Amino acid sequence: MSGTKKLALRQRYEYLTRGLDWETTYQPMDKVFPYDSFEGIKIKDWSAWEDPFRLTMDSYWKFQAEKERKLYAVLDSFAQNNGQTTISDGRYANVLKLFLTGISPEEYQAHRGFAFTGRHLRGAGARVAAQMQSLDELRHLQTQVHTISHYNKYFDGIAEWPLMHDRVWYLSVPKSFFDDARSAGPFEFMIAIGFAFEYLLTNLLFVPFMSGAAYNGDMSTVTFGFSAQSDESRHMTLGIEIIKFLLEQHPDNLPIVQKWVDKWFWRGHRLLGIVAMMMDYMLPKKVMSWKEAWDIYFVEAGGALFQDLGRYGLKMPKYADIATAEAEHISHQNWAVFYQYTHAAAFHTWMPDNEHLDWLSEKYPNTFDKYYRPRWEMWAKMEKEGKRFYNPALPQLCQTCQIPMAYTEPGDPTTICFRSTQYKGDTYHFCSDGCKDIFCDEPEKFVQAWLPVHQIFQGNCGGATVPDVLKWYHMNVGADNMDYVGSPDEKLWNEWHAEKLRQAG
Amino acid sequence: MSIIALAPDYESKVEPRDPLKNFHGNMLVYVHWEEHLSFCSAIAFPLPPVMPFGALVSEVIAPHYAAHPDASKIDWSKAEWMIDGEKKTPDFDASLEANGMHHKSLVRFWTPGLSGVAFS
Repeated sequence: MSGTKKLALRQRYEYLTRGLDWETTYQPMDKVFPYDSFEGIKIKDWSAWEDPFRLTMDSYWKFQAEKERKLYAVLDSFAQNNGQTTISDGRYANVLKLFLTGISPEEYQAHRGFAFTGRHLRGAGARVAAQMQSLDELRHLQTQVHTISHYNKYFDGIAEWPLMHDRVWYLSVPKSFFDDARSAGPFEFMIAIGFAFEYLLTNLLFVPFMSGAAYNGDMSTVTFGFSAQSDESRHMTLGIEIIKFLLEQHPDNLPIVQKWVDKWFWRGHRLLGIVAMMMDYMLPKKVMSWKEAWDIYFVEAGGALFQDLGRYGLKMPKYADIATAEAEHISHQNWAVFYQYTHAAAFHTWMPDNEHLDWLSEKYPNTFDKYYRPRWEMWAKMEKEGKRFYNPALPQLCQTCQIPMAYTEPGDPTTICFRSTQYKGDTYHFCSDGCKDIFCDEPEKFVQAWLPVHQIFQGNCGGATVPDVLKWYHMNVGADNMDYVGSPDEKLWNEWHAEKLRQAG
Repeated sequence: MSIIALAPDYESKVEPRDPLKNFHGNMLVYVHWEEHLSFCSAIAFPLPPVMPFGALVSEVIAPHYAAHPDASKIDWSKAEWMIDGEKKTPDFDASLEANGMHHKSLVRFWTPGLSGVAFS
């Protein structure tokens, strides 16, 4: 036996976590871990938590460093080869603007949330896994910022992403989603982000963006996607571990967990509407339709998952059927929002051309020709006549998801869905039964929502006029906002294209 | 259902963010033109409660919907109104308040004979 024999990974992990879950004596355990009991979750035996990865810090560091080296080599080569000029079309850059302003800040919020959870769960296995994920999320933010910073040299609407995330009306949707999760207790956070977001819905977020990047010649984004992928599989495992662990620990946990699954499925469905719009409208080269993605990743994969979880008594999330019916509509309804509020958005919009319209008709045979194509054709005609359609007023927002109340009644796509309730003498409005139920379960929380439209009217957003508010958003008016056609982005793209044609002779 | 919070007296610390008093003498009013989904959602305005309903129509509603090709064809005397879920015949000379409206009321209206292009 050699004294210098290297320890096996499992042994190293056991040494890493050994004694981390000691019983405190100077202070009662409940004071050391003040957050892990008020939610009503009952844990009988934390040692039943199995961390399937058993990753130690030194191996974690080694893996991540290797991935970073590969990523930054690709980013360097992308920059040296002017990769920005070989993407499918200048319009594609708008996908990255949406990603950096709407998704990347949530990587940071996830980092903060998992750091908190990693501190406040009582079991060592869960703590270590949450802390690793916290580091991953910070790394994801960093690699995304570095990757997209190259595009910032050429395209508008990217530079002010952290400030915009805190202020701009539509970015309050992802921001409030994570604020809600982070201001909950650690177990709800784990179900919200660890299970619902990172397990149940993650493929609907990352596959569209990363395949979209691959289809549209953006190798730098594809590479950060790959760099994050092995982390994501760890996160998915943590997500499924936590839900099984909670359900196995005590039968009283089931109704609490079911309520959180219902809530966070619906909130996730609403949030993913921006991905739906991105897939169906913003990718110059399409990967698949949102409806197809929803069928594969939620109806099929999610269906199988809930069949498996059925043995614990857990049911499909409430309103899953409504969400599936909405998959025929949400991308169109969201694009309509941004088209008419293009003056207040930090990315460009456009009406689909004929080829694109035909693609949408083919992908949405039940709904597109009947409900949306006539609207798009009317707006295109108005555009041609010099009467491009804008909405000059501010929209009514849903108190829960904070999205303009643009969604239609289940079963009636010609009528907006209005729901409301009274709480302590005031009225609150919602886009759906899903959002209303979430409010009614915790009105104390959601009456405090920072709704951008109401904040503007209260005088908290730089002034009373649209230009005042856009200035407060740090929006470079005439460059960041409005249609792609006529934008500085389009002008630059056309110059690159003309130069290529010239060089090709 | 009430919130499950860490602090036992959490409810007493809650400050709703949008009470009437925060709107400088105005109240919030939401308006929606039915069967015209070009306007993606209802639209929101801070308005004085003493504003006559007729002024709401001529000074607020009409100009904000003017961009629609149907707008110039609206006969306001034939419009059908629903305020906070109830069919109403508003008194155009009376104030918003006197018409039963309050902070965050929702006014939906239909314009018979006009339903856009396929409800757009």
